[in-house]
Amino acid sequence: MSASRPRTLFDKTWDSHVVEKLPDGTCILYIDRHLLHEVTSPQAFEGLRMAGRKLRRPDLTIAVADHNIPTIGERTATKIKEADSRIQVQTLEKNVVEFAVPYIPILDVRQGIVHIIGPELGLSLPGTTIVCGDSHTSTHGALGALAFGIGTSEVEHVMATQTLLQNPAKNMQIDVSGTLGFGCSAKDIVLAIIGKITTAGGNGHVIEYTGDTIRALDMAGRCTVSNMSIEAGARAGLIAPDQTTFDYIKGREFAPKGEAFEQAVTYWKTLPTDTGAHYDTVVHLTTSEIAPMVTWGTTPGAVVPVTGIVPNPSDEPDEGKRTQLNRMLEYMALAPGQAMQDLPIDVVFIGSCTNGRIEDIRAAATVAKGRKVADGVQALVVPGSGLVKRQAEEEGLDRILLEAGFEWRDPCCSMCLGMNPDKLTPGQRCASTSNRNFEGRQGQGGRTHLLSPAMAAAAAVTGHLTDVRQLV
Amino acid sequence: MEPFTTLTAVAAPMPMQNIDTDKIIPARFLKTIKRSGLGVHLFDPLRFDKDGKEKPDFILNQEPYRSAQIIIAHENFGCGSSREHAPWALLDFGIRCIIAPGFADIFYNNSFKNGILPIRLPRPVCDQLINDAKLGGNARVTIDLAGQVVIRPNGEEIPFDIDPFRKHSLLNGLDDIGQTLQHGAQIDGFEARRRQSQPWLPTTTAA
Ligand code: SF4
Repeated sequence: MSASRPRTLFDKTWDSHVVEKLPDGTCILYIDRHLLHEVTSPQAFEGLRMAGRKLRRPDLTIAVADHNIPTIGERTATKIKEADSRIQVQTLEKNVVEFAVPYIPILDVRQGIVHIIGPELGLSLPGTTIVCGDSHTSTHGALGALAFGIGTSEVEHVMATQTLLQNPAKNMQIDVSGTLGFGCSAKDIVLAIIGKITTAGGNGHVIEYTGDTIRALDMAGRCTVSNMSIEAGARAGLIAPDQTTFDYIKGREFAPKGEAFEQAVTYWKTLPTDTGAHYDTVVHLTTSEIAPMVTWGTTPGAVVPVTGIVPNPSDEPDEGKRTQLNRMLEYMALAPGQAMQDLPIDVVFIGSCTNGRIEDIRAAATVAKGRKVADGVQALVVPGSGLVKRQAEEEGLDRILLEAGFEWRDPCCSMCLGMNPDKLTPGQRCASTSNRNFEGRQGQGGRTHLLSPAMAAAAAVTGHLTDVRQLV
Repeated sequence: MEPFTTLTAVAAPMPMQNIDTDKIIPARFLKTIKRSGLGVHLFDPLRFDKDGKEKPDFILNQEPYRSAQIIIAHENFGCGSSREHAPWALLDFGIRCIIAPGFADIFYNNSFKNGILPIRLPRPVCDQLINDAKLGGNARVTIDLAGQVVIRPNGEEIPFDIDPFRKHSLLNGLDDIGQTLQHGAQIDGFEARRRQSQPWLPTTTAA
C-alpha cells in the first residue's frame, strides 16, 4: 500500500486491522474489543459449545447485562420477575463463567448500558475496532474507533476467531459548521442530519462527522451523534480524536497509563483524515438548519423543528411513501397540519445509550429545577450506568429531579425498548431521549417522540411538547 | 446452514418501505436463548391485532401467501436493530429469499449467515415482481442462485448481483467460522505484530 495516498480516519483504522485480504476482496478484519450483552449472545455461546470451539480472546472481551435489568427493586439475576428476562441474564452469567469472560456484575457500580460503559471505563479507544451484537455500537465511534453492530452469527465468529469477514464500506463525510443555536444540543444535530439524509442515507457507508460544530461538542455530545449513525443507515460513525478525546480517556479504569498513555496519544494523533483524502459522499449542514427537533412519525427521519407542524401526506408524490406517511399518522394519532407543540404527553423517558450520560441528566435537571412535572405525566430518569448515577447524586441532580416529581431509577436500557417492566401501554404518547420511534418500540401501541434531554424535561413540566427555549 | 441453490415458490408482495426489525420481530420476543421457534411471531404487529387474532388484510394471513418463501418489498428492508432474531423469524416461517431495492447493512449480512438470500433489484423491477406476486399461487417466482437470475412467472429472466464469496458460501451451505479458522496462522501472526507495535492496547482482564 502506498504511504502517499491520503486516507480517511476510517481507511487508516480499516487498513491497520486487515489480517488478510481474500481473493474476492473480502477481508479478515481483526477485532480489538468485543462487548457482550445478554440479548444477542446466548445463541452465539450455544453455537461455540455445540461446535466444541473455544472463545479465542476472553481478555479482549467484556460482558454486561443491560437490557433486561429492572430499574427499581432488587437487581440480582435470580430476583428478576419475568421468567424469560431472568433466564437470559442467568444464561449470560453462566456463559461468562464457562468461557472465562470478564463480567461486570449487575450490582457493581460500573454496570450500565454497554455503550455508556465502554467509553466510561476507557475500554473504547481511538483507532481500535470495537464490535457488539447491538446496532448502537456506533456510539464508540465518538472516540475515533471503528465500532459497529453485528448479528449473533458474527458474535460467534468473533468469539471463535477474534476477527470478522468484512468488505470495506464507503466513506461519507457529514460536515457540520456554525455555532449551535440557543437551546440546541447534540441530539438536535443528529436528528437534523437524519431528517436531511433519511434513514437509508448512510446505507453502505461509514460516516465521519467533521466541522467546527462537531469539534466543539464534548464527549457526551459526540457519543449522542455517533450513536444515531445507525438511524441514518450507516453501520458506524466516527469522529476524529483530538485533545477533547485524549483528556476524556486519560485516567479511566482500563485506559493506558503513564508512559503507555503518551505512546498511545502519539499514535492517536496520526489517525485524523489526511488532507485531500477521498469521501464517496459528502453532506454539509449548517447550524442554521438545526433547531430543537422532535420526531412526529415512526422513523427517526420523520422529524421537524419543535415549532413545526405535522406534514401532509398528500404533498408526497410517491405512492409508497404516501402510504407509509399515512400509516405513520394513523399509528401516531396525528392529523396533517397539527402543531407539534400542541401534543399532550403521557410519559417522559430520559435515558438510553443516546442520552443517558451525566451531561444529559444535568441538561434535564437545569430545566426541571424549581418546576413540577405536569399532572398526569409520568417522568422517568434512568441513568446510563451506575457511575453516571453516582456522579449525578454527588451533584445533587437526583434531588432536583425528585423534587420536581421525576422518578429516579437504576441504570438499564429501560423504556428505550421495554424489555424490562418499563414500557408504554397502548396509545400512550411519550417524549423520549432514546433513538428509535418505531411502532411498538417502547411498548405495544406506544407512541414515541424523540427529542433531546432538555426538550424531554420541558415536555415533562408543561405536559405537552414544548420549545425548551421558552423555559431557559 | 442449509445450502441455497434454486427456489421456486410463492412470493408475498409487501410494497412498504423501511420494514424495520421491530416490525419483523418486536423486542418482547427477543427474550429467548434459542434460534428456533420465532416464526409464529414474525411480523407480529402487522399480522395480529392486540388480542392476538390474525388481521385478515395482512398478506401472510391470506392464501396462498401463508406458504410464501419469498418476500418482495420496497426500500430499506430490515432497518433498525442488529437482532439476528429477524432472519431467524423469517427463516422459521419459511422465507428463504427477500427481494427489495435496498436493505439495511446489518440485516443484509445477517440474512446470508442464515441461508436467506437478499436480492437487490431496482425499484421498477421490484414493482413488476410485486404485480406478478399479486396474481397468487400460480404465479410462482424462481430464484436460480448459481445462474444469478430471478425468473418471473412468464419466464423472463432478471439477472442480479451478489458478492462471489457469499454466493459460494450460500450455494454450499458453508459456515464462515470454519473458513476463517483455516487462517489461524495469519491471525496468530497479526496478534504477535500488534503486541509489538501497540503494546499499550489494554486487555479487559488487567485494569
Ligand atoms: S439503550 Fe436502547 S438502543 Fe441503547 S443498547 Fe439499550 S436498548 Fe439498545
